Amino acid sequence: MIEVTETKVTDEQTTENKPEAAMTNSNPLANEKIAIEVEKLNLFYGDKQALYDIDLQIPEKKVTAFIGPSGCGKSTLLRCFNRMNDLVDIAHISGEIRMADKNIYQPGLDVAELRRNVGMVFQKPNPFPKSIYENVAYGLRLQGINKKRTLDEVVEWALKGAALWDEVKDRLHDNALGMSGGQQQRLCIARAIAVQPEVLLLDEPASALDPISTLKIEELIHDLKKDYTIVIVTHNMQQAARVSDYTAFMYIGDLVEFDNTDKIFTNPTQKKTEDYITGRYG
Amino acid sequence: MSNNKNFFQGGQHWVWLNAGAISISIIMVVGLLLLIAVRGLSHFWPAEVKTFELDLDDKKEVVMGEIHNHEEDIQNGVEREQYLIKMGNRDQYGIDFRWLDLKDIKKESTHNDVVVVERREWGNLYGFINSISMDGKSVEATGENLEAIIERASDLHDQIREIEADDIGSINYDLEQLRLEQRRLELDDKLTPEALADLDQQRAQFNQQFLDYQAELQKLYAQIKRDSAEFELIGGETKSVNASLMVRSFQPNQMGFFSKIGHYFSKLGEFIFDEPREANTEGGVFPAIFGTILMVLLMSVVVTPLGVIAAVYMREYAKQGPLTRTIRIAVNNLAGVPSIVYGVFGLGFFVYFLGGSIDELFYPEVKPSPMFGTPGLIWASLTLALLTLPVVIVSTEEGLARIPSAIREGSLALGATKFETLWKTVLPMASPAMMTGLILAVARAAGEVAPLMLVGVVKLAPTLPLDANAPFLHLERKFMHLGFHIYDVGFQSPNVEAARPLVYATALLLVLIIILLNIAAIKIRNNLREKYKSLEQ
Repeated sequence: MIEVTETKVTDEQTTENKPEAAMTNSNPLANEKIAIEVEKLNLFYGDKQALYDIDLQIPEKKVTAFIGPSGCGKSTLLRCFNRMNDLVDIAHISGEIRMADKNIYQPGLDVAELRRNVGMVFQKPNPFPKSIYENVAYGLRLQGINKKRTLDEVVEWALKGAALWDEVKDRLHDNALGMSGGQQQRLCIARAIAVQPEVLLLDEPASALDPISTLKIEELIHDLKKDYTIVIVTHNMQQAARVSDYTAFMYIGDLVEFDNTDKIFTNPTQKKTEDYITGRYG
Repeated sequence: MSNNKNFFQGGQHWVWLNAGAISISIIMVVGLLLLIAVRGLSHFWPAEVKTFELDLDDKKEVVMGEIHNHEEDIQNGVEREQYLIKMGNRDQYGIDFRWLDLKDIKKESTHNDVVVVERREWGNLYGFINSISMDGKSVEATGENLEAIIERASDLHDQIREIEADDIGSINYDLEQLRLEQRRLELDDKLTPEALADLDQQRAQFNQQFLDYQAELQKLYAQIKRDSAEFELIGGETKSVNASLMVRSFQPNQMGFFSKIGHYFSKLGEFIFDEPREANTEGGVFPAIFGTILMVLLMSVVVTPLGVIAAVYMREYAKQGPLTRTIRIAVNNLAGVPSIVYGVFGLGFFVYFLGGSIDELFYPEVKPSPMFGTPGLIWASLTLALLTLPVVIVSTEEGLARIPSAIREGSLALGATKFETLWKTVLPMASPAMMTGLILAVARAAGEVAPLMLVGVVKLAPTLPLDANAPFLHLERKFMHLGFHIYDVGFQSPNVEAARPLVYATALLLVLIIILLNIAAIKIRNNLREKYKSLEQ
């Protein structure tokens, strides 16, 4: 317990004054606690390989961004973390992804349990056609929590956490589909954090939103990283630079470079990364 | 020329073609409804009764009746105009209807004091009141007095009917249950003297009740015969009719517009709420309405869960491959199988095999007469459920396919299992599509007649399938159905001319009921759509 608190303190210090390039060159995550470890991950869609030998470590309670051109496999990789790729019949993988020292692909693992621990927010807001309240309470009801008092508390807490409470507190029982796109996306975030996951996966969460809503989401991400390990996929490099602590650059199924965000954007080691950052393709 | 070119290039001719096709369809549908509405609804309007003096080749004759039809045709090069006259008095003349050649009619006149009497048998009587006897005393021969004695007799008739059908019917039902109980005990070798004594005691009780009712009936029967009336027919014959045999009397030639309207609605009410008389050609169609609706409801209750479960399995759980594809094609083709084939299947499988087995296993005491092993309401509903199953499966499957995968992923990502996702999110969202399937199923089932003739519909059912005797809903009973009623009245009745307007009226009623059932289902669907409208986004 004490150890955790200590790491947290160090985390905050490192966040305040980002580690220097020279220090991170050898191992950028030397001072971080690791939440997710990816080892030799290969993913195939039928005969077609989509991910090649990915080795990656995701730090705890930090924001890690995946960037890269379309079709580079960043969303596919993200969806490996909560086994969303299981829904695709022809997808199969080799390698390991470990969370809390447990391979999440080991046989017999409870996928629903895993997904409760690894929340996800999708590119397009996808609230259920139910009331705002019921959307947030959905995950709790799945766990058999039906006590009104508890639900009320968690719904309020989650909506506050997603910076949505003040806007919707008077119409909690209205249909969620009546909200604006940005509100819907924050509702999806509220819905995800209501079940108190450890990791939050964001798959281009702001790509369908207007600039003001985008700003709100980005501020929210900044607030949420106190409590959650966040992995975000984004097309928008400014966004990655703004919100993330670490950045992974991917290219056609390869993890090209992973480093401190500042380092990636100012002084990348790989030629491909530099080309992408400077807008030569993508 | 350039106008022409624009017309064709702009695709205007296709627009016109489509508009034409739509117009023709609408005209056909509206025309059809209009035809059956006019023919059916005009039947209840009291027509004038006319008197015709005929000058035939061999004799002179006077006839009286309503003009039913007017026709012109050419026979052997000579143009002929004819009236079809409904002259009633079937007991006197042997026929209700008669064709009159217009050239034979010497004089056409209207008598003001003509009275039309609807009777419980032999159809209408057209004539003049000679005398009326009330409680054995003669009273003034007016239309009002005639109506008064009919009213008195009708009250008694209703009482008798209530005792006979409800009270004595219920006793008969209980006695039958006792007999079955005894037989059951006998088969199980449990018929101890005590049990037998108990049964006998109950039976004696019911028999006593029966005798009480019987005595009451005797009294009523004696009373109902107290009034009668004597009529003079147009040919000069006299006819005495007991009040108990009359249903209604009116004097159409004296009626004003408003009393005609009153008469019209009372006839319409009788048609909808009363039981049929005289081999279905008179009276109402209430048992048929009841049977149709009950059967459709039962069918819906069976077909909806079955179809939805099948569709969910095929779309969500089954591995999509050649086998699933084959099954899907087979299901689609089932919708095209002629309905009579389902009737034959229902008779062979449901009635004889399933019903026979149920009798064998659970009701051995009813032998030799079958209980479930004979056509009945439940088998008709099941047969129609089978017939409409493909429609529900196909539309539910389409509904499931339209649910965006984002919604499913959203639910799964929150830790829901596949079943939880289906149950809490996907199925509610697909419910409007299920309702669409049900609407189509109801529309098809309510109008289906052919298979029903094999699995449960009869010309005249003595009792409704729903009554006051436990267990209230008698699924094994035979029932009446509007569609079959149309066929029966139109083609199987002894008096086709008289029944024809009823065919139209019944057809109109059937269409209205189907429309009503559909509107109800559409209302429900629209509510559901409103609730789960994310699909339209």
